Amino acid sequence: MSAIIENFPQLVEAFLGTLSLLVLSGLGALAIGIVIAGMRISPAPPLRAFATVYTELLRNTPLTLVLFFCATLLPYLQFFPGYYPLAVLGLTLYTSPFVAEALRSGINGVAVGQAEAARSIGLTFGQTLRIVILPQALRMVVPPLINVLIALTKNTSVAGAFFVFELFAAARRLANARGDAVITILLGVAAFYLLITVPLGLIAGRVEKKVAVLR
Amino acid sequence: MTVSVLYDVPGPKARRRSVMTSIVGTIAIVAGLAWLIATLAGERTTVAGATLPGLFDPSRWDIFNDIVVWRSLGEGALNTLAMAGAAAALALVVGVLFSFGRTAASPGIRVPVAVLLEFFRGMPVLLMMLFALLVFSTGTYWAGVTALALYNGAIIGEALRAGISALPSGQREAGLSLGLTPVATRFLIEFPQAFRTMLPIIVAQLVVLLKDTSLAYIVGYSELLRTGQNLTQFFGNRYAFSFFFIVLAMYLAMNLLLSWVARIISHRTSSRGGALVAADASAEQLPEGVGGVDAGEASRR
Repeated sequence: MSAIIENFPQLVEAFLGTLSLLVLSGLGALAIGIVIAGMRISPAPPLRAFATVYTELLRNTPLTLVLFFCATLLPYLQFFPGYYPLAVLGLTLYTSPFVAEALRSGINGVAVGQAEAARSIGLTFGQTLRIVILPQALRMVVPPLINVLIALTKNTSVAGAFFVFELFAAARRLANARGDAVITILLGVAAFYLLITVPLGLIAGRVEKKVAVLR
Repeated sequence: MTVSVLYDVPGPKARRRSVMTSIVGTIAIVAGLAWLIATLAGERTTVAGATLPGLFDPSRWDIFNDIVVWRSLGEGALNTLAMAGAAAALALVVGVLFSFGRTAASPGIRVPVAVLLEFFRGMPVLLMMLFALLVFSTGTYWAGVTALALYNGAIIGEALRAGISALPSGQREAGLSLGLTPVATRFLIEFPQAFRTMLPIIVAQLVVLLKDTSLAYIVGYSELLRTGQNLTQFFGNRYAFSFFFIVLAMYLAMNLLLSWVARIISHRTSSRGGALVAADASAEQLPEGVGGVDAGEASRR
């Protein structure tokens, strides 16, 4: 226990590192994901094709490979804004297709009859989207989006392996320094992760239940 | 596409607009790709002042004539597959055990198992690998296998539980009334059906597992990515990109193949499913809609 208490400030700093990675790359992924999802359902075929290729390519590449690219190959290409921005970039790129897929499945998930009904009472395209489709789609999309964020939280640990200081890096460093208290240290770090993932999971579950009633 | 129901049949004006968007979009994308390729192909001056040949220069690719290079890459891929295979088999066993414990009649079993499951699901796989490596000193291979089996087993377990709870209660009652014990009912009647409905999710999770083996690179297992990096160090940095491309291509080949299998299975088994989820090929990666499963976490990576 002393290993945790002694190094508590360091652990808190690492926790803040994880949190900031989560927030920044979460926002980035949300922005790119919205654009990609928009392209995926757009009427222009080339945009659709691009979005499909982007999604499939990044979704089937291991995160380690993406971050490896950002951390070692981009600097080699004279692109080096620092390891922290590179880590955020990698996590953003990797997470964005999952966001896009979640958004798209939400829009696809609205029953066709809804749109038909809206059109049959004379709503215009804009009204249909605004009043009928999007409110339902957004509500359905919240739980899977939270799941993407939970995944992102855990994925930040991979960024820690590539020169960024966050919880996993702290775990490795402390475990090396205090060989006698490895179990305590790792469990302590795990608790910090659970501090983010478990509440998020509970929120997702609650929202999902609410949505399920509405259907 | 469901979207078509949102619009009127496009008239001349709308059609012209969509053609224009297509053209502008294509030009933008092609220009972006061309810029990327030109930048990659162009010569580059390092900080030290030396000039490096472009990425598509033959001098960056000549080592791939050497069979030895391919043999080590193949070995790396085999190591990746060895870890994925063992972890997948174990994850299925762990998943069955988890769902078994999670649906147990006595709360004395159910509650601890639920807590354990939440714990495994909420933790980064990498941290579990480090734990297994440092605490049990298992060696990198078994550290990777253990962590992957536990993490993915937890998710498969949740999927199976959802599959079981989605079954009509008559199934269980019928089994019991035939004189089967509760355990026999579960194994002979409930599990086979749950497996069948949840097969797409399970296969999708195996894709995730295969991708996650690359995490073992970080704890030092010589899988595909690590092999590529070792080769880079051996042959020099000028080949860094070539090896990266080859490794990426090998990963994509393996994962896309598995994803494709997953898609076929999900189409085959979900033909009777509601239009809400099944309509969409991405359902296998983000299967949040199926029976209220929380397996959207399959999207982890």
